[in-house]
Amino acid sequence: MSDRPLESHAEAQRRVVRDSLGVGIATGLYGASFGAVSVASGLDVVQTCALSLLMFTGASQFALVGVLGSGGSAVTGALTAALLGTRNTLYGLRLAPLLGWRGARRFGAAHLVIDESTAMSITRPSRALARTGFLTTGWSVFVLWNLFTLLGAIGGAVLGDPRTYGLDAAVGGAFLALLWPRLQDRDGRRLALTAAAVALLAGPLVPSGLPVLVAGGVALVVGVLHARREAP
Amino acid sequence: MSAWWAVLGGAAACYLLKLAGLSVPASVLDRPLVRAVADRLPIALLAGLIAVQVLAGDRGVVLDARAAGLLAALVLLLLRAPFLVVVVGSALTAAVLRHVGLMS
Repeated sequence: MSDRPLESHAEAQRRVVRDSLGVGIATGLYGASFGAVSVASGLDVVQTCALSLLMFTGASQFALVGVLGSGGSAVTGALTAALLGTRNTLYGLRLAPLLGWRGARRFGAAHLVIDESTAMSITRPSRALARTGFLTTGWSVFVLWNLFTLLGAIGGAVLGDPRTYGLDAAVGGAFLALLWPRLQDRDGRRLALTAAAVALLAGPLVPSGLPVLVAGGVALVVGVLHARREAP
Repeated sequence: MSAWWAVLGGAAACYLLKLAGLSVPASVLDRPLVRAVADRLPIALLAGLIAVQVLAGDRGVVLDARAAGLLAALVLLLLRAPFLVVVVGSALTAAVLRHVGLMS
């Protein structure tokens, strides 16, 4: 099952919690940059905090304040955020059978479906480990993301640029580490490189934020071709 | 006031999209096509996120301290470093390069 056959269940749980908290801290701290950018884009502190509390999906939040800051309408801003949020629908499709939550728990869990909580749960070999990864990452990102959004919004100038601490680079490093297990075979590496290239090529052509969705389209194309080839 | 419409409308849409993903019947996932696509989506989206987070600038692709941080992460991953070391290593690399003024 696990790639660490000698590891006990308790050890595996502790490892998942430790890794998840690491992602939560790296991502949550970055909330300071969102808070600062959002206020600089013209939203007030309450609106900025409301976004992190209620929307709670980083790329959509950055896209929304970016559109509003560059003079876009409320409808365009909300639509751009929603288009980026479709990514979370696809994550949910993967997570639902893995996490196996029903009823009220599903309504609560839905709010925590983000890049990081998905990445830290979908690679787990069991439901218990997947839930631990999802909840630990989701909650730690939620608490820290909101806390640092507030700090970034009210004290951005005092705290300084998060780039000074390399936090923007840490996000890339964290994503690469999350992607790493899927890069161990040639198909995974080829898909990842193609998707990255497509995202970069799409960059100048589509509104900011959308290149990631376009990169997701590569998975759609490759998946459809694969399914056709497998079909009888 | 307009900003509040964007904030609340966008937040509602994003929550409903999250909920929709968790609420689709399991039978939908049993289709080979959905499975083949859903299995590859995280790879493509994470790779796209890395490319955009690390290499995208105001005017196209830029190689700055973020790329150096990613390179450090790659080396640390090849050395089988634990997750936290990879994350902190990429941040430190970028921070130091910026501090000494080698890269922006």
